[in-house]
Amino acid sequence: MAAGGADKFSVLLPTYNERENLPLVVWLLARTFRESGNNFEIIIIDDGSPDGTQEIAEQLEKIYGSDKIVMREIISVLFSSGTAYIHGMKHATGNFIVIMDADLSHHVSLYFRKQKEGNFDIVSGTRYKGNGGVYGWDLKRKLISRGANFITQVLLRPGASDLTGSFRLYRKEVLQKLMEKCVSKGYVFQMEMIVRARQLGYTIGEVPISFVDRVYGESKLGGNEIVSFLKGLLTLFATT
Amino acid sequence: MTKLGQWLCGLALLGSAWAALALAPPGLRPPAPYRQALLPLPVYLLVAFGCYSLATVGYRLATFNDCEEAAAELQEHISAARADLRQRGLRF
Repeated sequence: MAAGGADKFSVLLPTYNERENLPLVVWLLARTFRESGNNFEIIIIDDGSPDGTQEIAEQLEKIYGSDKIVMREIISVLFSSGTAYIHGMKHATGNFIVIMDADLSHHVSLYFRKQKEGNFDIVSGTRYKGNGGVYGWDLKRKLISRGANFITQVLLRPGASDLTGSFRLYRKEVLQKLMEKCVSKGYVFQMEMIVRARQLGYTIGEVPISFVDRVYGESKLGGNEIVSFLKGLLTLFATT
Repeated sequence: MTKLGQWLCGLALLGSAWAALALAPPGLRPPAPYRQALLPLPVYLLVAFGCYSLATVGYRLATFNDCEEAAAELQEHISAARADLRQRGLRF
């Protein structure tokens, strides 16, 4: 438990060139936390963005208070989500850690409710169950997504319906333990976390999420992404 | 054991059972009708799995939700956020 006995949520936001999205994400998070009455902090881990992301983060810090917004800069050539989280966790004072991309936001409050319901170690967002879904995806992209997920389910039997989730809530100790064990990079790292969590016996709850495409700009899904996904998947298949 | 390990074990087990029965020398073979069904069994199973995969992915594709309201709501939030933050002194 965090100091005072109440739950505190630390949101880790790794950013690279998110000057446009960052204020919106922070505003949405702050509003959700305020409405649900939860104690929170947002830790922005920026990888030396050239577009002024840090300057915007500093402004937000002034507006919301430096106990709520924490800016940490790391400049690393090999910036992968893994390094950002390790770095961010060092400064996190909450007993729950929320990991999300800075380019979209969800109904954060649903996650807390779910966690409380089942006292889960991890709560993960899924696009594939309940009223979860996507917006603005053409048939090809949906097919690739479902196909890739099917192969993942057959090969890894992970116990979660959506592995490449961009929004997760972890107990702090659970995340620390998983970070020690996981070795992949990028989004394969996210997949590995869930697979290892399952192996270690942690409980995973799922919440349907609506994945609305990047607020500004489009996500790419080309041949390269597919190949690297398959490589990552096969690596996990052979090593976990 | 890794997932790959599990698969290899499983395949080795089933494969050797199949080979033992299907490729047995004349003295130890199961009766002819059973053999006829047994020999092409691996291919049958592969094809069955292929059909199951196609059906499953097809079904999931068809029932993939489109979140119109979430997108609209997000746009509203964005406008509200920009207005509020501008009022609080954020210079975009």
